[in-house]
Amino acid sequence: MLKMEAVTKTYNHRRPAIDVLSDVSLEITQGDFVSIVGPSGSGKSTLLLMLGGMLSPSAGRVEIDGQSIYDLAPDQRAALRGRKIGFVFQTFSLVPYLSALENVQMPLLLAGFDEQDQKKRAVRLLERFGLGDRLEHKPCELSVGQQQRVALARMLANDPGVILADEPTGSLDPETSAQVVGFLDQMNQDGRTVVMVTHDPGVASRAKRTLKLYDGRISHGGTMNSISVQNETPM
Amino acid sequence: MRLRKLVWKELFERKSQVITGLLAILLGITVIVAIKNITFYSEKAVAQELDALGANILILPKSATLENYYSADMQGEEFPEEYVERLTQSNLQGVDNLSPKLSVPVEVQGRRFTFTGILPKSEFQAKAAWQVAGISSRPQGCGTVVNLPGLTPDQPKETLVRTRVIETLNSTEALVGADVASSLGLQTNDPVTVMGKTFTVAAVLPQTGTVDDSRIFANLHTVQQLAGKGNVCNVIEIVGCCDQISKGLVSKINGLLPEAKVVTITQVVDTQIKTNRMMSNLSMVFLAVIVLVGGAGIANYMYGNVQERRREIGTLMALGAGSRFVLGMFLLKALILGLAGGLAGYVLGTVLAVILGPKLAGVVVLPMPTLILWAVGLSVFITVVASYFPALRAARLDPCATLQEV
Repeated sequence: MLKMEAVTKTYNHRRPAIDVLSDVSLEITQGDFVSIVGPSGSGKSTLLLMLGGMLSPSAGRVEIDGQSIYDLAPDQRAALRGRKIGFVFQTFSLVPYLSALENVQMPLLLAGFDEQDQKKRAVRLLERFGLGDRLEHKPCELSVGQQQRVALARMLANDPGVILADEPTGSLDPETSAQVVGFLDQMNQDGRTVVMVTHDPGVASRAKRTLKLYDGRISHGGTMNSISVQNETPM
Repeated sequence: MRLRKLVWKELFERKSQVITGLLAILLGITVIVAIKNITFYSEKAVAQELDALGANILILPKSATLENYYSADMQGEEFPEEYVERLTQSNLQGVDNLSPKLSVPVEVQGRRFTFTGILPKSEFQAKAAWQVAGISSRPQGCGTVVNLPGLTPDQPKETLVRTRVIETLNSTEALVGADVASSLGLQTNDPVTVMGKTFTVAAVLPQTGTVDDSRIFANLHTVQQLAGKGNVCNVIEIVGCCDQISKGLVSKINGLLPEAKVVTITQVVDTQIKTNRMMSNLSMVFLAVIVLVGGAGIANYMYGNVQERRREIGTLMALGAGSRFVLGMFLLKALILGLAGGLAGYVLGTVLAVILGPKLAGVVVLPMPTLILWAVGLSVFITVVASYFPALRAARLDPCATLQEV
């Protein structure tokens, strides 16, 4: 389960200080599929990165399976991400000088798998995403859709329970977008929790729940059974 | 996949940047290997040449002059042979060979020559005190040719010309200079009568172009007896270690023998000292420049590399990479660069030294395999130290900021 308790994130880089998130509390249960929508600058990506242990809050608490993420040391947080969380980025963030196979092997290398196991699992994942014939291709030799599928395969390498996707279809054409959302849906059906930030209402509607953010505060939309909204601001 | 493969692939992805980054360290190591290589053979050559000149310190009577170095012992003044004992019983370092002499003018078959008494090493060892503190127990070296009694086989007596000391010379043996031999028609084993005593020619010495060619050498004590002058000498020749001379050997001998005059061929000693010092200083200057320029070049390259790979580092952190992994990634890269720079620098430096050595220093230069360790060690040290702070910066990057997702 993912949980945020009275989380605030304030940036002090320039005066005046800006609250990107203000006193946000929510709970996302295991196996849920939540989309986060809202205008640019509303704090969607900040919220997602906080759930993934990548950005510490200025105040409040973030938990994953009862473990307070930001009470851990940075390296322990990194290990936790490697074990439990899979990220999907809008720009895919593939390592440009590695082949598709090696990109998928990366999380397995970080998790300490031996080379043979890494390769076996990476090949299986890439075949599952229809890239069995693109194993040795570098990202620049793949289409945008293929790159996103490599990123999805890489995200699944360590079999994470939670998937955090930041605009996963932002760079894709409608057909490929539908394909990627289909993959996320399938992963959710496998029992994984999916939290997806998107601008696209059509993509957002594929989630079980929709969470609306406005000016760093949570509004509500759709059926919010699994999300306890404690701070509501009308959009 | 392993970490080293990741590092290796990244290196090949940015080949031109790697070459540029490596250039400073590569050139630095090349130059210093070349200098060290040429210096080594140059110093060796200088040491051999100086060694061939023979003695470089003379102990003379106080009033003697040094107008002619090779005939400094022929001014008719003497001092006690006991000076030799004082020297050998002292703990002076750097006295490699020590040869007391007494010279008297003689006439043989109507021709005038110099009859010179010398003390062979065997007689040093015959004296108990000299056995303990004598020259054979001193640290040796400095490039001079030294015979260690009991450890090295006897050398031919002709080497007297160069080493100034011979192993044995009994009371009936004589060594004759080249001019003496030619004037008197003498050959080895011929008899020759000097001051009423008949000697056997033990060896004819090679031509030296000095007054030594007109000398007849015999055992010091025999010459002392024939001259009727008692236990005295005109000169003590010393082959002193140049390094020790530079550290004040001459003044130490002066302190030990205040009644005598101690002189050194300063030009000869200075030449070696200056050459060695210049080469050593040059190496140090280059070393400092290399550490600074090479280190700055590598650090600059690494900072640039970290900056360029911020997003990649952020992605790796999102995938679970800890700070140790990121640090290791950059330090391993530095290690590979250091190894490559060191090895390539060694090869280029050696080639440069072998080609330029004969032209610049006039010496034949051969490859020195021991410099590989030195070159690689220095190169790796510079690259790893220079890369440490950029690597640390990478390991401490905020993954969120690097992904620019906010």
